[in-house]
Amino acid sequence: MKNWKRFTAIVAAGAMALTMAACGGSSSGNTDNTDASSAAQASSAGEAAAPGQAWYIGGIGPTTGGAASYGLAVKNGIQLAVDEINAAGGINGYPIEYAFQDDEHNAEKSVNAYNALKDWGMQLLIGTVTSTPCVAVEAEAEADNMFLLTPSGTSVDAISGANAFRLCFSDPNQGVGAAQYIGEHNLAKKIAVIYDSSDVYSSGIYEKFAETAKEENLEIVCAEAFTAQSNKDFTTQVQKAADAGAELVFLPIYYTEASLILQQCAAMDYAPLFFGCDGLDGLLGVENFDTSLAEGVMLLTPYAANSDDPLSVAFTDAYKAAFNNETPIQFAADAYDCVYAVKQAIEKAGATPDMSVSDLCEALKTAMTEITFAGVTGEITWEADGEPNKTPKAVIIENGSYKML
Amino acid sequence: MGKLKNSMRKITKKNLMTYICLAIGFVIIQSCSAGGLLTFQIKGLLVPVCIYIICAVALNLVVGISGELSLGHAGFLCLGAYGAAIFSKITNGLIPDPIRFLLALIIGAAVGALFGFLIGIPVLRLNGDYLAIVTLAFCQIIQNLLNVFYIGVDKHGLHVAMQDPTKLELEEGGQVIVKGAQGITGTPKDANFIIGIILVFITLFIVLNLIDSRTGRAIMAIRDNRIAAESIGIDVTKHKLLAFTISAGLVGMAGALYSHNLATLTVAKFDYNTSILILVFVVLGGIGNIRGSIIATVILYVLPELLRGLQTYRMLIYAIVLIVIMLFSWAPGAIAFRQRIMERLKNRGKGVQ
Repeated sequence: MKNWKRFTAIVAAGAMALTMAACGGSSSGNTDNTDASSAAQASSAGEAAAPGQAWYIGGIGPTTGGAASYGLAVKNGIQLAVDEINAAGGINGYPIEYAFQDDEHNAEKSVNAYNALKDWGMQLLIGTVTSTPCVAVEAEAEADNMFLLTPSGTSVDAISGANAFRLCFSDPNQGVGAAQYIGEHNLAKKIAVIYDSSDVYSSGIYEKFAETAKEENLEIVCAEAFTAQSNKDFTTQVQKAADAGAELVFLPIYYTEASLILQQCAAMDYAPLFFGCDGLDGLLGVENFDTSLAEGVMLLTPYAANSDDPLSVAFTDAYKAAFNNETPIQFAADAYDCVYAVKQAIEKAGATPDMSVSDLCEALKTAMTEITFAGVTGEITWEADGEPNKTPKAVIIENGSYKML
Repeated sequence: MGKLKNSMRKITKKNLMTYICLAIGFVIIQSCSAGGLLTFQIKGLLVPVCIYIICAVALNLVVGISGELSLGHAGFLCLGAYGAAIFSKITNGLIPDPIRFLLALIIGAAVGALFGFLIGIPVLRLNGDYLAIVTLAFCQIIQNLLNVFYIGVDKHGLHVAMQDPTKLELEEGGQVIVKGAQGITGTPKDANFIIGIILVFITLFIVLNLIDSRTGRAIMAIRDNRIAAESIGIDVTKHKLLAFTISAGLVGMAGALYSHNLATLTVAKFDYNTSILILVFVVLGGIGNIRGSIIATVILYVLPELLRGLQTYRMLIYAIVLIVIMLFSWAPGAIAFRQRIMERLKNRGKGVQ
């Protein structure tokens, strides 16, 4: 009898839940822009321009946690470009409102950040900074048909939808680019690779690098993996590379691990050439790292702080002036270019901020493929699939700074 | 009605309260959502909150009721998520979506339960903290293993490789489903709040009824005194294994929900920190207190998101909140204070009647 009462109570609760579910279902498709703009009106920024009278540009990236230096660089890069554009009269006569949200390099948090920005009234997104979160956010953005331009989300799936574009090279393209560069410039024949098999970025580059290396007649004498759980001691990997007689060690990894590898190589008196991708950007800023060890390291990066290209010089000086004399890394340059690319596309499309998110995305989608953008990171055109066309650039570290090769 | 209430057992009343509180919360959120009052941010948080509630309640069954420590529940979450996502990727378009998602949930639960069972067989025979160590190792092994797995599908069926996708030797038109560290992308987004809340109710129903059943009493008896429980003929291993398997199964189901909520699924997410996060929900909500787990999960998951306005200070505040909740639920002074308040409320209630 008692069980029976309990059962009825639960069934009653369940039935209630189901009826409510039916009621709630009808409104779930309501994702148009109206609540977003009303939320934006209510948002705290007192001096903010009214929706429809300004461009609401959002940014997402890690400003805390392990990948924070990338997120902060992107945040600052966008800020710098936005301030410049606003000072020069905005885009098509409308100023830019800009908000940046932290995602801790976590896909789940990144989607939360995206939703928070939608509440703020975001019309287009510059982000996200890192790949895995970008895949998750892109799925949401595609569903909302929100324009997305990632400065540095390199994985292939990061721009799966038609609404998404990227400014940097994709992982496979970096792998191909690196192998071709090594082959064409005859840097070495025997190559060792040390990569992070638990990391999307690293394993993505390695796969394509290995394929292209074959075509370039490069011999990969050893490919040693590590994982995020074992990224402190690399003596085994370095020893194997040395034993295999590798003349060049390819490091498609991030700079933290690379700094350890360089230290451990030096301790073992093993001095091959080192070649990396854009993940090595930031190597010179690692705390307690003897930067003389990084001398001669080559990396693919679209931007070098001391290049004499007039656009780069102007950007570097402006960035240093705005952010405590800090030297910008490539991520900041990418982000800075993103804003100007968006500006050019908006001007090309002749869009206005009172357009709905979806209409704006449609207009920009077409405009992006039509523009030729000349920025700090080079001259870029875009394909309809969102991939950029530009020439890879390599730099070498000399006397503690980058030098274009 | 009053008579019915009085004749109900105390536990039944308590459980019913939990269900009703949850149902009321659900109704409020749904009506706000229907009225357009919810921000996108809150809407986006609803499903993850459901996922973590299920995990916390399930982990509480192991930690609070069975008295064993598991540090590897993220591993079961991961396996459930992978199992369900692989199934959905293969059958997407072949089976109607609702049925496919239902099957994916069941598969997630089954995969979680299976691995929970396999791990439990040797470990739960032992006495002591072995489960904590083994589950911790299990979580690491799962991460490292799934990182090197490449799974593809073509006309001939499944292909598995452990080096790189070219080793899959897929035929023309084949599809790579699991790409090593890059995980699974593009799982259909089927999860929504209603399904999430139904799964929370199912979880609660299973866990609360298990606790109140004869089996549940046996499990708690083992927790309180293993030797005494054995002496009256309770099969220790069987009962512990039952609790652990159910818990792993429920977490696996939550994993299925997880993988159908985000477009990307990588193992890097399911590390030691995620296991600890779930454990934090359980410990701060009160070990063995199911309702507490739910409340702690909601507060601790939603709070850092709502504090986004404070920018970089939010992590600082989150840490302070953790400490305050810990003191509130565990410090002897706070417990006595809470009891005094409850007593007073009860007395006042009686006075009014």
